[in-house]
Amino acid sequence: MNGYMGKVLRVNLTDRTIKVEPLDLEVAQKYLGARGLGVKIMMDEVPANVDPLSEENKFIIATGALTGAPVPTSGRYMVITKSPLTGTIAIANSGGYWGANFKATGHDAIIFEGRGDKPVYLYIEDDNVEIKDASHLWGMTSSEVTEALEKEHEKAKVLCIGPAGEMLSPMAAVMNDIDRAAGRGGVGAVMGSKNLKAVVVKGTKKVSLFDEERTKKVSQEKIKILREDPVAGGGLPSYGSAVLVNIINESGVLPVRNFQQSYTEKADLISGETMTEKHLVRKNPCYRCPIACGRIVKLADGTIVGGPEYETVWSFGADCDVYDYDAINEANMLCNEYGLDTISAGATIAAAMELYEKGYIKDEDIEADGLSLKWGDAEAVVGWTKKMGLREGFGDKLAEGSYRLAESYGVPEISMSVKKQELPAYDPRGVQGHGITYAVNNRGGCHIKGYMISPEILGYPEKLDRFSLEGKAAYAKIFHDLTAVIDSIGLCVFSTFGLNLPDYVDMYNAVCGDIYNDETLLEAGERIWNLEKLFNLREGIDSTHDKLPRRLVEEPVANGPSKGHVHHLNELLPEYYSVRGWDEEGIPTEETLERLGLEEYKKYLVLSNK
Amino acid sequence: MIEVEVRLFAYFREGRGKKQLMKFQEGTTISQVIEALDIDEKEVSIALVNGMDGSLDREIKDGDIIALFPPVGGG
Repeated sequence: MNGYMGKVLRVNLTDRTIKVEPLDLEVAQKYLGARGLGVKIMMDEVPANVDPLSEENKFIIATGALTGAPVPTSGRYMVITKSPLTGTIAIANSGGYWGANFKATGHDAIIFEGRGDKPVYLYIEDDNVEIKDASHLWGMTSSEVTEALEKEHEKAKVLCIGPAGEMLSPMAAVMNDIDRAAGRGGVGAVMGSKNLKAVVVKGTKKVSLFDEERTKKVSQEKIKILREDPVAGGGLPSYGSAVLVNIINESGVLPVRNFQQSYTEKADLISGETMTEKHLVRKNPCYRCPIACGRIVKLADGTIVGGPEYETVWSFGADCDVYDYDAINEANMLCNEYGLDTISAGATIAAAMELYEKGYIKDEDIEADGLSLKWGDAEAVVGWTKKMGLREGFGDKLAEGSYRLAESYGVPEISMSVKKQELPAYDPRGVQGHGITYAVNNRGGCHIKGYMISPEILGYPEKLDRFSLEGKAAYAKIFHDLTAVIDSIGLCVFSTFGLNLPDYVDMYNAVCGDIYNDETLLEAGERIWNLEKLFNLREGIDSTHDKLPRRLVEEPVANGPSKGHVHHLNELLPEYYSVRGWDEEGIPTEETLERLGLEEYKKYLVLSNK
Repeated sequence: MIEVEVRLFAYFREGRGKKQLMKFQEGTTISQVIEALDIDEKEVSIALVNGMDGSLDREIKDGDIIALFPPVGGG
């Protein structure tokens, strides 16, 4: 079997049974792997309306055909489950070294079922797979559990949850290699609900290649493109993803104070340039990555830790009106240690600050915590992050995320979220196409599964007028489908700063065999997106949930270059549904499902229409 | 003469600083501003005037804020 290892592990934590099942190659190729394969398994094996934190939910870790293969950025893996944050499909991606090492054990995916009656971890060393006691590890942070398990299993790689996942926070992340996160959708809480603390892997197997010579040639060619690209080979390695802070701010789309403002004169204090000048220790590349955007930074007390991404710099920074890099670096470290999604964590503190500003949260509510909720209080942002991770005091309420927090005060609209998941670091009122991605994303508010900032601000692969609505729906659809491809074959989305669809076809075919062309590979992405949509429809999450927070469609931007603009979602959505081959209600038509080879799922169209 | 604020980012700052006030004749274009800064125009990926994108032959006006970026990206 080329590209794929041919084996799937099924681990039932209730019965403590482990089965090795053959991978259905035809299914794997049709859904590519990783994200696509995981969504297919969730659709086929998990009935509708299960409680995400019950033993009926499944927790899937899956690699793509190219994960661990000798091609650039092949360190990615995916976590797929039903999200406790949104109730939608959860699809969270991570890099580092764990994914490639897991695949080297000779498995493509793990399906976790049931729930352990006490804390356990899974140990996989090639064909040896064991469920082991994790009672002594429960309560440990990411670095503590990783160090403990690395001591026990030399040269192994560790994926884990921190206290936030154990305590079922719907913004808990799955962590690997200490500071890499499959961050979004509360996937860490699902792992915690199963009493599964960690998955430890040590593998010696190689991905078998359809054409070794061709893979080598194609790989060298793509590495060269990435190295010569001014972003993948310049801006990202030099400054990290936080190089975006200034361009996003100068364009007037950097959300400040929970999206009450969209520009700040202070942005450079938290820019990638400033991080590089004052805090950077070295780069922190993932497996087989020529880009190396990851950062290692020094905290104020001299501790060396993983550094923040752009989104994190924004969520704990501008969104809370904080411009103190030491505080942001520390909040980021705490999220890694406790296993919290940095976007949701920072954005929830920002929402709490607005709730305090408007008088919903009162001084007496937070008095006992000894922390303020005033805009710009850097120390408080660090303090609340810690309390959120440990569910202490008012942090227990924050740990439920901004939507549930704001809803508890009767003002859910103060949560800047879609489908209850916090929006990332771009105000869509100044980037109309990007707002489509926010509204329709199958996993709720998310930027990365269709990064329209690329054409609308950065000029990749071409420059579009960011305020224009024309053609944006069709453009967004292509980005959504292409990202589904990249996530599912096991590569990094940042490789699109240089690579295009034909490059992914080249790599997939060299590794797996001549299976796809440009058109059919993009169509596989479309198939995956549609299957995710069907999963959500089956859960009753239909197009009435494809909404942006009221602020973004009704209140004009208050300051900066985007001043006066609102987002025109109502004008864009019908066109998006139409280019998708969905009806005006946003439901895929039977013809669309037939075209994509999803006939077997037609029955869910009937259910969802009723 | 008109005066504009020029903001530079990423490696454009090397040897040039972060921001400066510069005086030009009326009718000066962004291209000429870039030339005056000794930046290779081919390396300018994004040139914003008061936060708005556009061509390099736009004429600048008194009080404009000009932001120049080499290619940047992330997410």
